[in-house]
Amino acid sequence: MKLLVCVSKTPDTTTKIAFTDGGAQLDTNGVQYIMNPYDEWYALVRALELKEAAGGTVTIINVGPAANDQVIRKGLAIGADEAVRIDADPKSALYVAKQIAAYAQKENFDMVLLGKESIDYNGSEVGAMIAELLDQPFISYASKMEISGNTATISRDIEGGTEIVELDTPFVLSASKGLAEQRIPNMRGIMMAKRKPLKVEAAVEAPDMSTTVGFELPPAKSAVKLVDPEDMNELVRLLHEEAKVI
Amino acid sequence: MRGSEFLPNQIKNLMGQNNGVSASATNAKAAADRFQAHDYYNLDELLQEDHLLARDAVRSWVKQEVSPIIEDYANRAACPTHLFKGLAEIGAFGPSLPMEYGGGGMDEIAYGIIMQELERGDSGIRSMASVQGSLVMYPIYRFGSEEQRKKYLPKLGSGEFIGCFGLTEPDHGSNPNGMITNIKDDGDAYILNGSKMWITNSPLADVAVVWAKDEEGVVRGLIVEKDMPGFSAPEIHGKWSLRASITGELVFEDVRVPKANVLPNVHGLKGPLSCLSKARYGIAWGAIGAAMDCYDAALRYSKERVQFGKPIGQFQLTQKKLAEMITEITKAQLLAWRLGTLANEGKASPAQISMAKRNNVHMALEVAREARQIHGGMGITNEYPIMRHMMNLETVLTYEGTHDIHLLITGMDVTGLNAFK
Ligand SMILES: Cc1cc2nc3c(=O)[nH]c(=O)nc-3n(C[C@H](O)[C@H](O)[C@H](O)COP(=O)(O)OP(=O)(O)OC[C@H]3O[C@@H](n4cnc5c(N)ncnc54)[C@H](O)[C@@H]3O)c2cc1C
Ligand SMILES: Cc1cc2nc3c(=O)[nH]c(=O)nc-3n(C[C@H](O)[C@H](O)[C@H](O)COP(=O)(O)OP(=O)(O)OC[C@H]3O[C@@H](n4cnc5c(N)ncnc54)[C@H](O)[C@@H]3O)c2cc1C
Repeated sequence: MKLLVCVSKTPDTTTKIAFTDGGAQLDTNGVQYIMNPYDEWYALVRALELKEAAGGTVTIINVGPAANDQVIRKGLAIGADEAVRIDADPKSALYVAKQIAAYAQKENFDMVLLGKESIDYNGSEVGAMIAELLDQPFISYASKMEISGNTATISRDIEGGTEIVELDTPFVLSASKGLAEQRIPNMRGIMMAKRKPLKVEAAVEAPDMSTTVGFELPPAKSAVKLVDPEDMNELVRLLHEEAKVI
Repeated sequence: MRGSEFLPNQIKNLMGQNNGVSASATNAKAAADRFQAHDYYNLDELLQEDHLLARDAVRSWVKQEVSPIIEDYANRAACPTHLFKGLAEIGAFGPSLPMEYGGGGMDEIAYGIIMQELERGDSGIRSMASVQGSLVMYPIYRFGSEEQRKKYLPKLGSGEFIGCFGLTEPDHGSNPNGMITNIKDDGDAYILNGSKMWITNSPLADVAVVWAKDEEGVVRGLIVEKDMPGFSAPEIHGKWSLRASITGELVFEDVRVPKANVLPNVHGLKGPLSCLSKARYGIAWGAIGAAMDCYDAALRYSKERVQFGKPIGQFQLTQKKLAEMITEITKAQLLAWRLGTLANEGKASPAQISMAKRNNVHMALEVAREARQIHGGMGITNEYPIMRHMMNLETVLTYEGTHDIHLLITGMDVTGLNAFK
């Protein structure tokens, strides 16, 4: 099976977020970047498992600048066969989706896997857009996938339960927790990754259709109030009068 | 909270949503590995992509596999033997040996960084890896025959075999040349007699690289296998240091070791000494890991602990401690990085390696002591990693050449005068 996994670069989960330019730009000073965990832990690892079980290739793709190469290399160290970076600023979800779809169109993949969302912009958009652009079905929030021949049986997380879907390749799938388990790359993988191809391709034309004009941080958290465990009435009063949740 | 399933365990613990290993561990606080690395001089910019990947991979592995259990094992003086497999899988055994012999094919800086991250977890865990990679696999690779390499290295690299290195004897520690363990020619085999002391991993070992004198008094290296008659490896108990690493003796009573098990390509003490150089190099990096862990804990504690109405980090005397700690760590990082660059070029001399081992271990021990003070009474408990690191570092200061022996090595190197004679 020929598999394409989309990987994005996001700030580490412990990053303290700050903005510059009057709120228009993320302050990248001292920010540590990681591969979006939904991509790394679930989409990529499940793709590798499919390849290990039935043969095939796993290609990872990222839309971004050369500074993303380290994150891409990690994907190769975990086990992807090759990588493609579309050399462009990922300006918006539609822009990213158009780049990935254009590449996928050329290469005829059996499946495109992505994370259910990026943990920075939380758009949950790119997957659906790629599917639309490729005119393929899109299965979102997949927490389990079994393959037999060309047919996939996929469990999707839905509110309060699970939906089970069956469909044939090709399709686009977004991964949520449960689809696979994180793999830490080992030293051998890291060394092999050095020799695996990382192709850089030019972006296709795609107009900017939206611009970020600003970001706002959530209101600062107020101090924690400790309530004596014996004093239930005070707890109820606080929840009612101050937190206004009951 | 979006993406919260990817937060480090300790934050999940605080949010009450962790149901992984650490929450069920006996000591939930010790399980909370809040470590963040400190890179005051942006040394990351001197590292290659594969170094950074290796560092992050081993750091994740330590956070996942070592930190949640280590206080408990150290407390019980038990060796987490299941970690041998994990160390092998991640590639911590002989990372700078060639891949075809079970190594990782990496450079010396990568090897150093792996040791740093392991020792950030625990010096005992780093010792498990140092011994296997630098003191067992390395001599077999460097001095062994092709058959010996093929027979032992893949199994050692994959963790199927555990190895140990026997140089020190009950009566000969700093002066290994005085060793009395000996071999006598007996046709197609040698008869091995004597005993070794303080041998890391020995009670678990499938193979031991043993140094013994032949009938001419020349030091030779032998590969002794676990089930050879006359060979035993009793455990040494009662250690207050390196408690999560197992240590024992090696006892040889007329052990028949086939000549095929003698390392053909080394004669004399330079054999074991070159292994020690390799391991000392790793310790020079490893000690920085222990120091970083202590500093990181102390820095955080100094901001959280309030006395006299302000965080103790606001007191000048606490700041002096923290300032000196990060300064010394940064200097040690520079020393290790430069040594690594020299080692990659094949130019790191044993004396240069000796200096870095001595300086960085001593530095780490001082940092641990200061960090202990900053933690006040809490610093002596196993709620924090400090006391464990400090006790471990007492061994690290002594093994692979004591602090004073390393001073004499530098002394001899700069004066040309030998204080050992
Ligand atoms: C208006 C706007 C302006 C932006 N400007 C910038 C900017 O200037 N610089 C910048 O670095 N980022 C910028 N971003 C973020 C960047 O565009 C995001 O990567 C992109 O929008 C996808 O994020 P998302 O949250 O919508 O993705 P989601 O739809 O939540 O992502 C789902 C999955 O899509 C895949 N995916 C997402 N992005 C990529 C990618 N780049 N390459 C490969 N696969 C991917 C991943 O598998 C991911 O798990 C901007 C975003 C917006 C909305
Ligand atoms: C936990 C642990 C694990 C170990 N693992 C191994 C292992 O796997 N394999 C192995 O072979 N060994 C191992 N060792 C042994 C270690 O290398 C020795 O303990 C070390 O070399 C010191 O030897 P010694 O203990 O006999 O001390 P001694 O040599 O007796 O030294 C005692 C003191 O005398 C000082 N001294 C000695 N000679 C001089 C001198 N000429 N001038 C000034 N001062 C001097 C020393 O610096 C030291 O302070 C281990 C030790 C420990 C504690």
